[in-house]
Amino acid sequence: MDLLFKVRRSELLACSIFTGRDPESKGIQKAKEIGIRTSVNSIQAILDEPDICEIVFDTTSAKAHAIHAPILKKLGKFVIDLTPSRFGKMCVPVIDLEDGLHSENINMVTCGGQAIAPLAKALMEIHPEIEYIELVAAISSKSAGSGTRANIDEYTQTTKDAIEYYSGVPRAKALIILNPAEPPIRMHNTMYAEITNPKLEEIIRKVAEVAAHIKKYVPGYTLALEPTYENGRLTIMVEVEGQGDYLPAYSGNLDIITSAAVRVAEEYARKKYE
Amino acid sequence: MNKPIFFDSTLRDGSHVVRHQISIETITEYCKMIDGSGVYAVIVGHGNGLGASTLQVGRSLHSDLEMISAARAALHETKLGAFMLPGFGTIKDDLAPALDAGVDLVCVGVHCTEADVTQQYIEYVTGRGKEAIGVLMMYHRAPKERLLEEAKKMQSYGARAVILMDSAGSSTVDMVRQTVEYLVRHLQIPVGFHAHNNLSMAVANSFVALESGATIIDGTTRGFGAGAGNCQLEAVVALLQKNGIDAGVELYKLLDAGEKVLKPIMTKPQGIDPVSIVSGLAGVFSGFAPHVKRAAEEFGVDPRDIFMELGRRNVVAGQEDIIVDVAVELAKRQTQNV
Repeated sequence: MDLLFKVRRSELLACSIFTGRDPESKGIQKAKEIGIRTSVNSIQAILDEPDICEIVFDTTSAKAHAIHAPILKKLGKFVIDLTPSRFGKMCVPVIDLEDGLHSENINMVTCGGQAIAPLAKALMEIHPEIEYIELVAAISSKSAGSGTRANIDEYTQTTKDAIEYYSGVPRAKALIILNPAEPPIRMHNTMYAEITNPKLEEIIRKVAEVAAHIKKYVPGYTLALEPTYENGRLTIMVEVEGQGDYLPAYSGNLDIITSAAVRVAEEYARKKYE
Repeated sequence: MNKPIFFDSTLRDGSHVVRHQISIETITEYCKMIDGSGVYAVIVGHGNGLGASTLQVGRSLHSDLEMISAARAALHETKLGAFMLPGFGTIKDDLAPALDAGVDLVCVGVHCTEADVTQQYIEYVTGRGKEAIGVLMMYHRAPKERLLEEAKKMQSYGARAVILMDSAGSSTVDMVRQTVEYLVRHLQIPVGFHAHNNLSMAVANSFVALESGATIIDGTTRGFGAGAGNCQLEAVVALLQKNGIDAGVELYKLLDAGEKVLKPIMTKPQGIDPVSIVSGLAGVFSGFAPHVKRAAEEFGVDPRDIFMELGRRNVVAGQEDIIVDVAVELAKRQTQNV
């Protein structure tokens, strides 16, 4: 639903159908209310009417995407997968938007991956000798939907793998914490790296630069703690506040991944109709 | 009262006390002494479970697999258990290798309102033909109706039992009685209790849990555990004897393991220091104690104030990074007030 609001706001995209499974779901109800065509036949709705769209955003679950992906491929759709399925090519727009567009199925990694992989990559460019990077992503329980919960294992593994893949660090580790506190916490990411003699000024400058790039498509992306060195480890903290499109502002974890997905879709549309 | 079974978490929860530096020799010696004592399972590993050796919560001296293998070699009658927190480890990197190395039973822990994230792990463990136990941590944060709802999810995933963890040691006798009775009445699977000793009630609360229908006691010898420590298993066994209940555990073996293997690695006697009492009062996870003390020293603030503020923020286990955040804020407030 948050994605739908972002698509509607886009000058390059239009939503032709919003599908789900449960006619009573809040998402379907809300979409109807704002005049969007809906269906409760999930992917069948696209099979029934293949010309209805060019781009498909899949926000189901990793398991479901494994079934959807080959179907959509046959239909020749450009697929942006927001589950941690790992089916398509991983994409973090600030790093590899261009590469992503060459593929027909793009995986948006995870919110933690979107938030931290670019910083890990920046750090490794300055200090290629780093051997270990760790990410702690804390998100509010309220913003972790049933999909995230059912896929917690894929979510954790994919986040870790994305940090290794994008930064080249030999070993990464991702910790995911669901925090039930009320009022809900904003998405909070802490990145640690083990390092001796960090070039702190260069790191601070580079990290600020990358953060500013991300902020262009994720306005709520903020450095909560600029790179800080103590006890042989470098710590960086990032908070992500949602834009409050549909979900409340604490859901920064969803905002960052839907924003990244829309960024990819817009670029695809721009390239296609240029 | 039903005859209880005992989970010995000494080497796992006690790992917090020594900042996860328990040696292979200690694990081997300890397991040898407990094996065949009548204790149902020994839980081994990093204090935060499989895959938790990290900068966030502290590195272990040995890898999960080294610890598991050492315990495996020493245990024949008593089962070998591991602990796991979803979000810390993954099936591929941590859980599957642990089962391959011979773990018989896995306690899958989660904050008490988040049981649905245990599904993948409970199902995986059960699917591999091993025992999965659901653990609801910080149980004092949710009403009993909600706890039942969460416990039922674990039951539906295939958990063999559900253990309530009083992670902050802030239970009163009434809370234990009402919660355990309610869960026992409505669940098909056994209920267990894991007590912390912040308000010096760990043994008493464990006894009350048994009186209320629980059948699993999860504790540690000498009460070895972070902060104020845990329910002292030897004391519960002795207390049961006094009440004419045969716990089926050889008391002397537990006493010997505590005296001969644990005592040498305990840096100080297990006791309840002021900070632990405050953490119990604030209802904050006891495992935070060493981190809070360090942050208090570093930023020149009162550790008790840090705990009370963490309690107000409702932090959960695993959010050790917030401790520094709180310490910094308190330090700022102090300067402003001067």
